Order: sequence, then structure tokens, then C-alpha cells
Amino acid sequence: MNQSLILDLLENNARLSSQDLADILNDDEASIKSEIQSLEKNKIICGYHTIINYNKALKDQKVLAYIEVSCTPTRNRGYDKTAALIANYPEVDTMYLLSGDCDFLCLVQGKTMFEVARFVSDKIACVEDVRSTKTLFVLKQYKQSGIVMIDKPEDKESRLVVTP
Amino acid sequence: MKCLSTKATSIKPSGIRKFFDLASTMEGVISLGVGEPDFATPWHICENAIHYMSTGHTHYTANRGLLELREEICKFHKEHYNQVYDPENEVIVTIGGSEAIDLCMRALLNPGDEVIVLDPNYVAYAPSVILSDGVVVPLKLKEENDFKILPEDLKKVITPKTKAMIINYPSNPTGGVMTKEDYAKIIDIIKESGIYVISDEIYAELSFDQPFASLAQFDEIKSQIIVVNGFSKAYAMTGWRLGYCMANKELSSVMNKIHQYVIMSAPVMSQYAGIEAIKNGYDDVLMMKEDYLKRRNFLVNRLNRMGLKTNMPHGTFYVFCNIQSTGLDSETFCERLLQEQKVACVPGNAFGDSGEGYVRISYAYSIDHIKEAIVRLEQFLKDLEN
Repeated sequence: MNQSLILDLLENNARLSSQDLADILNDDEASIKSEIQSLEKNKIICGYHTIINYNKALKDQKVLAYIEVSCTPTRNRGYDKTAALIANYPEVDTMYLLSGDCDFLCLVQGKTMFEVARFVSDKIACVEDVRSTKTLFVLKQYKQSGIVMIDKPEDKESRLVVTP
Repeated sequence: MKCLSTKATSIKPSGIRKFFDLASTMEGVISLGVGEPDFATPWHICENAIHYMSTGHTHYTANRGLLELREEICKFHKEHYNQVYDPENEVIVTIGGSEAIDLCMRALLNPGDEVIVLDPNYVAYAPSVILSDGVVVPLKLKEENDFKILPEDLKKVITPKTKAMIINYPSNPTGGVMTKEDYAKIIDIIKESGIYVISDEIYAELSFDQPFASLAQFDEIKSQIIVVNGFSKAYAMTGWRLGYCMANKELSSVMNKIHQYVIMSAPVMSQYAGIEAIKNGYDDVLMMKEDYLKRRNFLVNRLNRMGLKTNMPHGTFYVFCNIQSTGLDSETFCERLLQEQKVACVPGNAFGDSGEGYVRISYAYSIDHIKEAIVRLEQFLKDLEN
């Protein structure tokens, strides 16, 4: 099955066209197209995003915070239902259920620290069954999705143009 | 002043040099001309070198190289290629495969001895023969035979003066490979003639569609074979300059004599990096190989679609592309491509006369890079037609 190969390629470079994928996988374009459509339909491919280094994009700076959320699941509401109440807020970018001290870990985005703080206290903390929250503001991002965002002195091609 | 060495001054400069000089003066050149991986050396390998440097391991090593490295090399070759050598007496760690090739020629040749050199093939072989007073005898390879050595062609070039043959499979620049079956057909000729074969196997790990095969896997001629290999291509370590050669005890000790006077020992930090690479770097090798394979498919399918008929090469990271349909010779093609579209490739005739009518395109680049170059190449072909 080409599925996992397609996923591998798109995960690293979502801009590859179906013709590119067909060339790389030695397949025809039509079958790649239908494969991608089925991956999208089945929500295996959930979106195509761009990885942005916000350290550099000064104009549209964002505030990122990791929120550790502890909750007490009740008889009628397990983790999943509480999670859905939180995850549906657009401010929550990413959310996991974790082992360890807290239950959920949410990555929250906002324009200012104040905005994030208010979202946590007004919204997440008030969700039923939520017992406590702990907010960890991101000071600087070094790596995302396998891409190191630290500037190196020379990020240019270091190879000679033509070599034997 | 007195004149310089006639032998050295008469060697003609590499055809690659000319393109390098031209391309490096131009802005915005997108290159498909390199002969080295684009990957950085895996971090754990660099870290090992740094660790040993920072703890004062900065001295000469044994002439043949650190014993641990030689042992690991032998273990690797036994496990992966079924090539069996003794780390104490049959292995020398060298400054890249290049030194190993030079050592072979110096240890083997007397003035006038003939060495069969494949045509087209890597640029350094013929000069190394000449510098050791040998005579180069080209063995012409053809695209229709996938640039393999055929027994009938080999027979024709062997004379009583033939001392050795130097081969390189998977091949730079053709991407051709020799399978075990292909080699089996020339074993008798090699055994009967008694010639040595220097087998440059630097691209062994970049053998895509079949297991890597080597003449050193045939016991009946193993003592006539010198295996040259190294870390440059498999582990993306070109700048570390670390290679090695494996040969029978007698030959290896003569080579080591030359090595100890001329070189002493390969750089110690590179040797420590090499130990880490060969012990713990195989996953990196496979990861890079998988990437090269994707790029190869991408490039070859594109070339075929734009009308440059190209067979799928089975190894290395080069495509030896036939450009005869354009009516241009190799050098004109490459010069015009560079000037008109700022894409740099290497003309095939830089690798020997039989390379005329071809260009070497390297795919040691990211897909995005190849894509951009291909768009320009396609435009170049369109402009040629008009």
C-alpha cells in the first residue's frame, strides 16, 4: 500500500503535488490522487499547515502557553467528555491526555499574556470537573516538528558547486 | 628556475575544474554538479570526534589506523558483504579512498605496466596510474549494457603487460552496478590473467535494487582483489577524509610501507568518528539511502517526461543522462545550460571519451532543489527546440 509512503512524504513536505508524489513513488498520478482523497476523507490527513518561526516573524507575535489541567472525572463524564469541552475552544491548539501529575496538557495560543491568562481563568478553569490548572508560558522556541529554529552562523550550502 | 616534473605537468586538468571555475563566478547558480551527500554528518558521529578531541586524543595513531576501527571495519564487511579480512595485517585506514587508490598504484606498478581503466569512470583513476608510471588502457562501457563490464570486452584489452584493472561499482558517474552474476562471468578471465583488480566500492551502500556484490566475494580470486572503501558517501563524511583498503597480507604490507612514510596515519579525530559511524550509524545509512531512492525516482521520471530518455540507474546518486537527442556535445550542453539557465551539471566527457554525449546529473539534493533545477532544464530544452 502506498498510503504510509504518501504520509511519510507529505508529513515532511506538504507542498509536494500529486504529480511529484507519483514521480517519487514510481506510480501514476491518478492513483496517488485518489489515495490522497481517501486519506483526507478518512481524516487521516487532517490538514496542511506551515511551520512558522515566530521568533523571527516579529509583526504577528503570538504568546504560547502550555496549560496543565487536572480534573476529577465523574460517573457520567469520563476524560473524553471533559476533554471535548476544552478542545473545542479555538484558543487550544493541541491537547493531550497524559500520564503523571496532571491529566491534560493543552497548548494555548493568544495575542498577549493577559489574553491567555484570561482564557485559562475564565474558560478552562471553569469547565466542569476541572480541579486545577497550571500555566507555563513559552519563552522561546528552539525546535518544532523536527525543524531546529536556532540560527546557525552559516545556513547556506557549504558544498562546492561542482565536485568530482 | 629549473623546470618542473614533466610527468606532473603533462597531466591534463580535470574537466570538472573548468566548470567549477565558471559556475563559482556566477550568481544564482543552482547546481546538480556535486559528488557528495547533502546530509550533514549524523550528530552522534560528530559528537564522538568532539569527545575524543576534548579529552586529549589528538596524537598519531598506529600507521594502519586505530585497531578498534580496523576491527569494526572487518566486522562490518564480514556481516554486510561477506568479505573476510584480517584487521591486523590486511587493512590500512587511509585519508579517504583517494589515498588508498594512490597506494595501490604505487605498490603495484613498474614503469610501463598497463592498467585497465573503465571509460567513463571517476576522474582520479587515470592520473593516479600515470603518476605511478603506468599506462592507461581504457575499457569502453556502453549505455546499452547498463555500463557493465562484459567478458568479451575485458578479454580484448588484457595484454601480457596488464598489471591491474581499476573498477568502481556502483559507478560514479554512470550509476551502473555489477551484480554477482555479472561478476561471475569475468572471474575466469581475472584468475587466468593473474591481474590485480582495485575495486573502489565507496558507493557500496548506495546499491538500490539488488544486494551489493563484490569481486572479493569470490574466494578463487580474492587474493588478487584490493577493496577500497570509506566513510564519505555512506555516512555523509566527505570532509573527514576517511577511507581504507583491504588486500592480501603481502600487498597490504607494501602499501603500508608507503603509507607510513608519506602519511603516517589518518587524522585521529576522523578515526574516532569512523568508529562511531560503523558501530552505530547503520540506521543513518538506511535513512539516507531511502531518501536518495525517492530523489532518483523523482529525477528520472521527470527527465523521461521532458524527453531525455534515461534508464533508471541502480546505484550511487548520479544519473548519466544521454543528451545526444539535443544535437549538442556534452561540453556545449553544459556550458549553455549554465549560461542560459544557471544550472550546473558535469559534462560526461570529463569522465573519459566514452562519456561524450552524456551529462552527469547528481541528485544529492533536496526534492525542492531538484524540482527547481528541473524546471530550468526543461525551459532550456524548450529554448533549444525553438
